[in-house]
Amino acid sequence: MTGLPIQYGMGLAALLFIAGLTGLVVRRNALFVLMCLEIMLNSTGLAFIVAGARWQAPDGQSMFILIIALAAAEAAIGLGLLLQLYKRFRTIDIDAASEMHG
Amino acid sequence: METTFFIAGIVALAATLRTITCAHSVHALLYLIVSLLAVAVDFYALGAPFAATLEVVVYAGAVMVLFVFVVMMLNLNQETVARERHWLRPKLWIGPGVFAAILLAAMIWAMTIGGAIGVIEGERLSAHAVGATLFGPYVLVTELAAFLLLAALVVAAHIGRDEGNEARRKAEHGDRATTTAGER
Repeated sequence: MTGLPIQYGMGLAALLFIAGLTGLVVRRNALFVLMCLEIMLNSTGLAFIVAGARWQAPDGQSMFILIIALAAAEAAIGLGLLLQLYKRFRTIDIDAASEMHG
Repeated sequence: METTFFIAGIVALAATLRTITCAHSVHALLYLIVSLLAVAVDFYALGAPFAATLEVVVYAGAVMVLFVFVVMMLNLNQETVARERHWLRPKLWIGPGVFAAILLAAMIWAMTIGGAIGVIEGERLSAHAVGATLFGPYVLVTELAAFLLLAALVVAAHIGRDEGNEARRKAEHGDRATTTAGER
């Protein structure tokens, strides 16, 4: 076996993404929702790295760095919102913030 | 390279599954950190040592420290863990889980039906090549990422400010003003 078929790498990324998506839908705790978002962003980064390794192109890693910047921004803002949610409702249940009844 | 990839991949998957099923937030965070480190090992096995370093430093380091700080501020206790267990009843997660599994099956099927798309040789891509693309053809995107980080900084400072304190101070001043005006 010389080298790794690209399906395995992409399959791992897909598995991680689906795990994050399931957690995002299932959990009501805002902290877990943010953690699942991190998992999903990380799995997309893995997909980029796998593709970059397959075609021997550094573009995949460049995209991964941009994804990391996006994830850092998302985590900072999301955690700020979470703290505000906790301050106003004394809970981190995201259903508490459904005042618009959407 | 293949063995490392598979071992780290299995660890990453198991740790992620534990993350989304754990009731205690600190335990879930620890599992998430293990998952991120395992993905970093995967990056290394795939020949991307620079990305692996960034994954450890930025994701498992900085972002997770943010999460730990927030968990510390939230002051969670046994009661919240019990409530989390109550929210995690199988009745609630079985539906979304099945649908997500169907999506996963479709994606895996679509990936395998195409046959061999290619093989990863695992040759190393140095940080030099990555930097050359970031500041070569992608320089505009890099600038935009810098703007994004700046905007995130401003938004986090705006959202995270202590409104209670400000409101209290304003109310004290306001009370004095209104009582003198005789409105209250």
